[in-house]
Amino acid sequence: MKYDMSDYPLKLEGDNVPMVRFQNVTKKYGQLTVLDGLNLDVAEGEMVTIIGPSGSGKTTVLRMLMTLETIDSGVIYVDGEPLTHMEKNGRLVRASAAHLRKIRSKIGMCFQHFNLFPHMTALGNCMEGPIQVLGLSKEKAEKRALELLDMVGMAEKRDQHPSRLSGGQQQRVAIARALAMRPKVMLFDEVTSALDPEVISEVTSVIRSLVDQHNLTMLMVTHQIGFAREISDRICFFFAGQIEEQGAPKILLDSPQNDRTQQFLSAVLDAN
Amino acid sequence: MPYLDFLTTYSDRFLDGTLITLGQFGLAVLVAIIAALISGLMKMSHSKTVRATATVYIELFRGTSLLVQLYWFYFVLPLFGFTLEKFTAGFVTVGLCYGAYGAELVRGSIQSVPKGQWEAALALNMSPAARMRRIILPQALVTILPPWGNLMVEILKGTALVALISVADLMFETRQINNNTYLSAQAFGTALVIYYIFARFMVTPVMRWLERVMARKIGRM
Amino acid sequence: MLDWKLDFTWEILPRLIAAAGNTLVAAGGGYLVAVVLGLVFALAQRTPSRTLTFIVRELVEFVRSTPLLLQIFFIYYVGPQFGLRLSPWAAGLIAIGLHYAAYLSEVYRGGIENVPKGQWEAARAINLSTVQTYRRIIIPQALPPALAGMGNYLVGILKDTPMLSVIGVAELMHTANSIGADNFRYLEPYTIVGLIFLAISLPTAWLIRRFDKALRRKMGLTR
Repeated sequence: MKYDMSDYPLKLEGDNVPMVRFQNVTKKYGQLTVLDGLNLDVAEGEMVTIIGPSGSGKTTVLRMLMTLETIDSGVIYVDGEPLTHMEKNGRLVRASAAHLRKIRSKIGMCFQHFNLFPHMTALGNCMEGPIQVLGLSKEKAEKRALELLDMVGMAEKRDQHPSRLSGGQQQRVAIARALAMRPKVMLFDEVTSALDPEVISEVTSVIRSLVDQHNLTMLMVTHQIGFAREISDRICFFFAGQIEEQGAPKILLDSPQNDRTQQFLSAVLDAN
Repeated sequence: MPYLDFLTTYSDRFLDGTLITLGQFGLAVLVAIIAALISGLMKMSHSKTVRATATVYIELFRGTSLLVQLYWFYFVLPLFGFTLEKFTAGFVTVGLCYGAYGAELVRGSIQSVPKGQWEAALALNMSPAARMRRIILPQALVTILPPWGNLMVEILKGTALVALISVADLMFETRQINNNTYLSAQAFGTALVIYYIFARFMVTPVMRWLERVMARKIGRM
Repeated sequence: MLDWKLDFTWEILPRLIAAAGNTLVAAGGGYLVAVVLGLVFALAQRTPSRTLTFIVRELVEFVRSTPLLLQIFFIYYVGPQFGLRLSPWAAGLIAIGLHYAAYLSEVYRGGIENVPKGQWEAARAINLSTVQTYRRIIIPQALPPALAGMGNYLVGILKDTPMLSVIGVAELMHTANSIGADNFRYLEPYTIVGLIFLAISLPTAWLIRRFDKALRRKMGLTR
């Protein structure tokens, strides 16, 4: 089906507006099509996990939502408003930098390699965004940061620089840093992949408590199938830039309909 | 004349010259930092015109000699209506010349900051200016300091050329003393030692100290 | 405001181009001295003698930390004080060669130190002599990465030759100075000198960069 810009609504309205919508999103790197007409809705408060073989485009989904990558066609909506585009004279045009900043403020992200700022302490990392971007006072930012560091069990290490922290500790600080911006959507991009096996649970337990206690919308890319089963509302299996199969964890993991899903799952479960 | 007598007779002139050299050095470093930072950042701009402007500056100064530049700034620039007093012409030219070398250091150090740092700053929704100022530049500073230390020594050495447009620096005074006394070994030897002491026991240790301070600040030590 | 005199330009251009030849000779000669002397400095720092290593190390530091201009004066004027008269050319080439030998010795040292320790051990294991180890194993691996640095200092030497004008070597700057003094016109000679330097050093630097890139690709350091 051929899409025209007029096929995309200027705004999502009605009763069941999703928190995130990918509508016919395509991404290419040169000749290589990474995402091919992706359609995906994520409801408010929903926890969606993306699994799939490497190169299937799953990380690209998160990076496009965080605007770290541009898209080649299609529109991404966040909280009913277009993210990649904006309205101008009743039509959708490419988003300006100011528009991107406005919508982006609803999204937070945690990275595989944490990407903490090495020249700031754990506390400084969590205060930087609130002070510089949200314009909070130093006192308010510190109070907020300390609450979050406490929540992820890192309050004691508040004055340490990242180089003094283990991988698991760094990732927990990174989660606190992202939450300090009060996002509506949180993205977790292989947050446990760079961790030693024995500290993975430090991070997964923090994410689990987020799912239990907050109404955050979350998208997660992970290789931890067991963890995904436990906390996801829905799992999407990506293959060659498309969603090959999706469904509730129990259904998708225990009785996959698609051959490729079956192959992938048996390969992953064998490896574990 | 015994060397000690030589020293006591001419110590005032060596001292005067040394102070001028230090002034030239300090001001030239300032000019170089500003020029390197501006042109280094311009080199990374999205705008082709901005990049090209920086390239012209860098290649012009790196492609010609400092001495040619000095003469040109002092003797030819007045014909364009800009007359620089010789002291000013001296440190401005030296600063601009080494700033062009510094520009590449600035660019390299900024590019050495891992991509994840830009991404994390973007994910926190920081403005481009805040990303640069708060996240990238502090980290780039740590990588740029060691090569910048070498550049500082080059700048100090470069200031000796201002003597050739008659700025009364250490080099200039030394030549005058040599012309008056024909005691070349004593005159030039003393100046060599003074330059050496500044480079080896003042500039380099200060830069090493700065490196340590910055490394500690960034939590790498 | 500006009056660039074309006929004056044509009049002085042949003299300046001839002087550019002298500049190239000075740069080439100085570089030759530096390449050889630099190797001596580098190898002297790898001998078992701690005293020799220390002395050469300090000498290199001293030369690198002090202005070339002052070294030129020192070498030219100090000789006669002790009865040794050097021609401007000889003094100039020695000064500039010595100065850049100090820099090149660091390039060589870096190259040699970059060869993994395992290479020395492997050479020992097949019982090569020290000379054989350097000649067959170490230098072939140390040289390619050092070549870019060596090339940069060739351009560096070229740009420092104008300093030789102060002791009367008739290179570009010296010629431009005398043209300027004779005619009371500095715009054309100094500008042309600048342009000649650009015309020589920009293509040279570009060639060195290309050569370096090709070499790295060939050595499999980059794709």
